[in-house]
Amino acid sequence: MKDEQVHKTPLNEKHRALHALMAPFGGWDMPIQYEGIIAEHSWCRNKAALFDICHMGEFLFQGDIEADGLEGVFTFSVKTIPVGRSRYGFLLNEKAGIIDDLIVFRLAEDKAMIVVNAATAENDFAVIQNRVKAGSLKNITCSTGKLDLQGPLSREVLVSAFGPEIAAIPYFKFITMNILGCEAIVSRTGYTGELGYEIFLSAEKVSELWDRLLQDERVRPAGLGARDVLRLEVGYSLYGSDIDESTTPLDAGLEAFVNFDKTFVGKDALLRQKEQGTNRRKVAFKVAGRRSPRHDYEICFEGAGAGKVTSGVFSPMLGCGIGIGFVKPELAAIGSPLTIRQERISMEATVCELPFYRGGSLRS
Amino acid sequence: MSIYFTKDHEWVKIKDGIAAVGISEHAAHELGDITFVELPQIGKTVKQFEVLGSIESVKAASDIFSPVSGKVTKVNEALDAAPEIVNESAEDAGWMAWLELADEAELGNLMNKEQYEEFLKTL
Repeated sequence: MKDEQVHKTPLNEKHRALHALMAPFGGWDMPIQYEGIIAEHSWCRNKAALFDICHMGEFLFQGDIEADGLEGVFTFSVKTIPVGRSRYGFLLNEKAGIIDDLIVFRLAEDKAMIVVNAATAENDFAVIQNRVKAGSLKNITCSTGKLDLQGPLSREVLVSAFGPEIAAIPYFKFITMNILGCEAIVSRTGYTGELGYEIFLSAEKVSELWDRLLQDERVRPAGLGARDVLRLEVGYSLYGSDIDESTTPLDAGLEAFVNFDKTFVGKDALLRQKEQGTNRRKVAFKVAGRRSPRHDYEICFEGAGAGKVTSGVFSPMLGCGIGIGFVKPELAAIGSPLTIRQERISMEATVCELPFYRGGSLRS
Repeated sequence: MSIYFTKDHEWVKIKDGIAAVGISEHAAHELGDITFVELPQIGKTVKQFEVLGSIESVKAASDIFSPVSGKVTKVNEALDAAPEIVNESAEDAGWMAWLELADEAELGNLMNKEQYEEFLKTL
């Protein structure tokens, strides 16, 4: 971020009143944990956890999706997203490096909301604005509040608080409805592998919504620490750790979110890479034991350096260390034995399939 | 039984020439949820302030330094399967190893409980 100032979400005082451990994340002062990362993780896997996600960026595009140029900005088609649905994909540079991963919500024929990572928001906005030819693009991050309610009980909680229409929202679909007297977007999306919802509403109302949801005894707050464990257990990438401008969607094994039938910035470079092959590949691995692999630990094969860990945690669901990282393509086969090292620490690991954890309520 | 602390937040309690060693409640709280404890080998000899083992939490991995010199005679095997015991009872059930105390004079290099509490206020 160019701006060194640390932003605060509208809930900053509430987190401090709950004695949350706070730390800067993506230029924002965010809660890392309240009662403890493992307890919050477990609450999300079993009940319903509430996350303050007001730090993420939201942009509103209004115009003709195709004629005004939004269609060519991302690796996926925006014009074919039906109104009321959302789609995940990437903003690439000319070399096919990932500038950000994001979700586009099709609000209307001529209206889309783009939801991006906090640390990259400012740059994303400049890049997207530069690529669209007409229409209007507004950065609505500061006026938009976002809360994620995630966990197997999240549907029942929201239905009892705000009405039965929420029960019918399928995965990657959203509705616009009145919550606490203002218009809100309730989207069946998330970052945990559990049934869950992302709620967007006016930043002025977010405190009231936070309090209202926490009145329900099935709901407890969870911080970014638990969120990181939850997302890694289901194999979701974290921008800035697992993917960045030096990574292409092919390196990261995320080709499923690239539509080669349309034009987009970075397509030529990506096609060249597809033809020539990648020189590194994302791998997921499980550790034999309870040690945690961590960002920047070395991945070794037969005693020699073979790559770096980009994310790693102790998985409470699997009872062992899990991680993802990048290695030479020939070492990426499922079952490959790896050693993870950092100074005095050494752990044996085996390449495995993603997701690590398959028992979530995501599609229930 | 008196308890002594290091600046790296290990504790030691001495009884009949045996030193029980662990990490302080303060350290356990700072580490957060403890997920792994690397215990030393029985029979290993360590010098004061040398690496005895290591501990990992959801947040970080840290070395454990021995508060005294000695030979490891027993380790807390319960921590292999349930390292969270250290969070629940860092200065009692969460002990990590017993050492045969080599030199009682080394206790003079450590802080007593009151001194450690004063030290924590300076952090």
